[in-house]
Amino acid sequence: MDFVQNIPFCSILLTLFSGTICSMLSKRAAKWVNTAVIIITGVMSVILLQYLLSTGESFVYWMGHFPAPWGNEIRAGILEAAMALFFCIIMLLSMWGGRKKLDEEVEESKHNLYYILVNLLLSSLLALIYTNDLFTAYVFVEINTIAACGLIMIRQIGRTLAAAVRYMIMSLVGSGLLLIGLCMLYDLTGHLLMSNIRIEVAVIMADGTYAIPLVITVALMVVGLAIKSALFPFHAWLPDAYGYSTISSAAILSSLASKGYIFLLIKIIYRVIGFEVFNSTHIINVLFVFGLMAMIFGSLSAIKESGIRRMIAFSSVAQVGYIYMGIGLGTRTGMIASVYHIFAHAAGKALLFISVIGLTDVSGFSRRFVDQTGAGYRNKIAGIGFTVGSLSMVGVPVFAGFISKILFAQAAVKNTGKLMPTMIVLAISTILNAIYFMKTVIRIYTPCPDCPYEGIAMKKEKLYAVSIILFVALNIALGMSSQPVVDAIASGLDMFG
Amino acid sequence: MGGNLQANMLEAVSMILFGIGFGNLLLQNNLIKKIIGLNIMDSAVYLFLAEKGYIRGRIAPIVVNGVQSVQAYINPIPSGLVLTGIVVSVSVSALMLSLTIRLYRRYHTLDLDRISMMMKREE
Repeated sequence: MDFVQNIPFCSILLTLFSGTICSMLSKRAAKWVNTAVIIITGVMSVILLQYLLSTGESFVYWMGHFPAPWGNEIRAGILEAAMALFFCIIMLLSMWGGRKKLDEEVEESKHNLYYILVNLLLSSLLALIYTNDLFTAYVFVEINTIAACGLIMIRQIGRTLAAAVRYMIMSLVGSGLLLIGLCMLYDLTGHLLMSNIRIEVAVIMADGTYAIPLVITVALMVVGLAIKSALFPFHAWLPDAYGYSTISSAAILSSLASKGYIFLLIKIIYRVIGFEVFNSTHIINVLFVFGLMAMIFGSLSAIKESGIRRMIAFSSVAQVGYIYMGIGLGTRTGMIASVYHIFAHAAGKALLFISVIGLTDVSGFSRRFVDQTGAGYRNKIAGIGFTVGSLSMVGVPVFAGFISKILFAQAAVKNTGKLMPTMIVLAISTILNAIYFMKTVIRIYTPCPDCPYEGIAMKKEKLYAVSIILFVALNIALGMSSQPVVDAIASGLDMFG
Repeated sequence: MGGNLQANMLEAVSMILFGIGFGNLLLQNNLIKKIIGLNIMDSAVYLFLAEKGYIRGRIAPIVVNGVQSVQAYINPIPSGLVLTGIVVSVSVSALMLSLTIRLYRRYHTLDLDRISMMMKREE
């Protein structure tokens, strides 16, 4: 076994224990530990990714030296390593961008608690990415939920408390369904490791005796994860949670926490149920329809919204809809498009959240849309960041969002039955996106000579400016050199099979 | 049908309990009742797992007087899963209860709809 193969296990353990250590440190020390841990994990993921690209094969890591089917396993392939690296980058930049706001909005004594939660969230995300065992995945899903709930309520105002309660309730409904689903799957197949379950599922499907219970089990798990990742009818908790929590939390939750569940779902589809078996059930059509509905209704709610942060939150609902639509297309290209959109949306949405706080800060801390007039001139870097994020979300060439839209369209062409609805909804949704994002961009670049607010010099907010510049660079890099990323996703998905 | 139901009595009971808990968690307005629903739901899952791991006439896999044959013991994995699940559900319930206390201190009610109304009025 190569030494590099210890990396997945070590990165989970490092983030988990550094979280615990943060509880005993001062605010300053906890901040440095947090930053260092994210960077170290990111660097380790780069090394792992290089190793996997050179060998071209995924590997399985035994926890505690018990072979399957008894032991617990970790599995790493190209897609897992790339996802881990990407999550680390987004998390680091979101933390940098929201650092000043964190100091203002969160009580001094609670700062190290915040870093504990961030580290725990990262560790649970890494575990969801790497694990090869369904019950371990369930446990880390719950850790993810608890950490995310803490991130929402660390800023203690009425809105965030209520949002945290709503988030917990919906999440618990989702994880309850996931838990009963995987218990029934264990009952049907007798295994908890993903690869073993998949062999048994193929036997069951060929045999035909337990086909209906199997479909119901799969449906329970898929619906559970869909609820947790805020698919359209289950998104009621989302606007307040993203709209009122401190800005790093909003960026991390929208771009990472919900994506962890979607990645787990994709893993379950490929590695537990099998792509062909999943395609032969009708669950995929349900996901497709709800994805389409999310794309339209999420954007419509965003247009109606008068608060700028809640508008971006509703836009997340639409973007999650895109991802589910891609999964629902039921083709390999559709899945590639969905995974690419996870990257594109994470980069774009985190940038939007981070830059919007710069805009509201120079508009008298008002969240209302009308007060943002001319904010792009008062805080130049935030204005540029918001514009880039908007263009990426709308799908303008050069930026990441364009590539994902084109991938979705190409994937739809390969599925004749779903071609028309996909194309129509994709077009409508793009127009709706353009309406509310361009409306905002025009608003922030409308000169406002009578406005009483003062601009801000970027020299005072170096870290914030750096994080926005890096986010912009990330968006452009994803959009300009998309082919390596798409190739990596494709080979990563092939490794799943 | 009747025979199947009798053979799988505990599974059926656990599914009904799961439904009751799930409905309460989703539909009740009172936060405490929601948390009770959550606990019923989780307990139903544990009942289901425990029933699935149990084999009639066998004993718990705890070694007394040396290891007996494999046929002597029940399947220990579901019991292990139940233990893990209980830990998770305890921590989640504790978090929910602490959130409820926070909300109650602020709004003096446990009704989620009334809390939302009061929140709108605050602004």
